[in-house]
Amino acid sequence: MDTIYILWLRQMKKYRRSGLRMVLSIVQPLVYFLALGYGFNSIFEKAGRGSYVQFIVPGVIAQTILFTSIFWGANILFDKQFGFLKETLVAPVSRTSVMLGGALGGATIGVIQGVALFIIALIFGFHPYSWPALGITVLAMTMLSLAMVSFSSAVGAIVDDMPSFMAVTNFLVIPLFFLSGSMYPLDNIPGVMKVIATLNPLSYAVDAMRTTLINQSHFGLPIDFAVMTGTMVVLFIFSIYQFKKIEA
Amino acid sequence: MENIISVEGVTKKFKEVTAVNNISFTVRAGEIFGFLGPNGAGKSTTIKMLTTLLAPTEGKLLLNGHDVVKEQNTARKTFGIVFQDPSLDGDLTAYENLQLHAVLYKLDKKTIAPRSEELLKLVELWDRKDSLVKTFSGGMKRRLEIARGLLHHPTVLFLDEPTLGLDAQTRNLLWNYITALNEKEGMTIFFTTHYLAEAEAVADRIAIIDHGNIVALGTSEELKKLTGTDNLEKAYLELTGKDVRDESLSSSASKKEITRRVAHNR
Ligand SMILES: Nc1ncnc2c1ncn2[C@@H]1O[C@H](COP(=O)(O)OP(=O)(O)OP(=O)(O)O)[C@@H](O)[C@H]1O
Ligand SMILES: [Mg+2]
Repeated sequence: MDTIYILWLRQMKKYRRSGLRMVLSIVQPLVYFLALGYGFNSIFEKAGRGSYVQFIVPGVIAQTILFTSIFWGANILFDKQFGFLKETLVAPVSRTSVMLGGALGGATIGVIQGVALFIIALIFGFHPYSWPALGITVLAMTMLSLAMVSFSSAVGAIVDDMPSFMAVTNFLVIPLFFLSGSMYPLDNIPGVMKVIATLNPLSYAVDAMRTTLINQSHFGLPIDFAVMTGTMVVLFIFSIYQFKKIEA
Repeated sequence: MENIISVEGVTKKFKEVTAVNNISFTVRAGEIFGFLGPNGAGKSTTIKMLTTLLAPTEGKLLLNGHDVVKEQNTARKTFGIVFQDPSLDGDLTAYENLQLHAVLYKLDKKTIAPRSEELLKLVELWDRKDSLVKTFSGGMKRRLEIARGLLHHPTVLFLDEPTLGLDAQTRNLLWNYITALNEKEGMTIFFTTHYLAEAEAVADRIAIIDHGNIVALGTSEELKKLTGTDNLEKAYLELTGKDVRDESLSSSASKKEITRRVAHNR
């Protein structure tokens, strides 16, 4: 427990000290929110789908979390390159707690970014349909973040250089994001895209957030959380397995 | 426990490269043991196997009587290590690096502060304890790593080129402290270095490894006698050859050649 806590705390300190990076990572989703949200708003409304600014908020929150979390594993690579990883690998602690401490740190940062974006959206006029439901939104954010951080940590544990890490994550992040229903409703899209979106775990996180934030649901909350839990557990176990295999 | 380290028929292969080739030796409790050899000889690989970072391809390694592969966690509690390459977190302060280490090694909470203070003062970093480690010079980082390795009172301390990049004053200070610890607490020291004078001055026994094979083991007197030389540097060059290492040489071929050369020179 102490081990997990101290490794989590380490990530929090590093995050706090990262200064400008902390702020910059929220700029990209913010641009999506403002440009697309207001850009497509009138078309969306003419099509009788309501406000696009409202619609896109859960999508950009998911995007922030996805982008922060899927690149989290770069920190494992830095720890390999700057050598700190060895300190944890020879310590009398389990690899599971080493992985967990870092992953919880990454997930916390993911959720902080997601909540920050939510607050900015509020300032720009977003209004959630129910305040109590926000608790469930945050739960969905946490699960999404943990799943992506676990996956990314596993990649960081497997590869030994940054180009390979970037190749894997960049290969995945764009399709995951654009084929998830984060930017458009899933009900009237072509069949192939629908199949892909249904297979994409991110769709369920977006759906859970959209349900709890603006009361629009595609799969329904029980299915959303079932898929998210499954994805999280599988990626989590995969990551622990990869951590146990690290040698120096 | 007479032998605190015991290495039995250990081989480590990285694909085609045989980094360590069927070596066996023991280190007695309380000994200062020097592990010398040219670049790429297999020193760090041996230390990594002893400290559970690498699994041996073949053979058995015991630390304090515990198999480092089968009883990894028990073995990990007994040693401290200063790696050849840096292993600090530069985004944390010196004190935070020690604190983290103390928690990983489950040090009693009450002892963390006094023990950290004692060690930071010893390596003369107490006044910099709240600076981020990335602002430290190479020598300061090295000193901090050594303080950290000692924090949890290990029974065996592995030092992989601990004095690399340190000035003569600091090297002196460090060895004084380490030998004092060895005498006072009976801590076993297993170290590598490229400074032969250092090894001669502090090591009770020295093993020389070349191309993954241990080519000689004994006190520095014994090594000098073996090679018929009058100082350790000459003995070392006799045993390992004077050429700059070509690491692609196959290790078995080179072993024969070295044995021949030693025999020839004797
Ligand atoms: N992870 C690895 N993958 C492949 N080969 C490796 C790996 N680590 C070490 N080697 C090889 O094993 C051999 C021994 O390396 P090692 O680091 O143990 O040498 P060393 O004696 O510590 O040398 P130095 O004095 O330069 O530190 C070298 O030929 C090296 O290239
Ligand atoms: Mg080495």
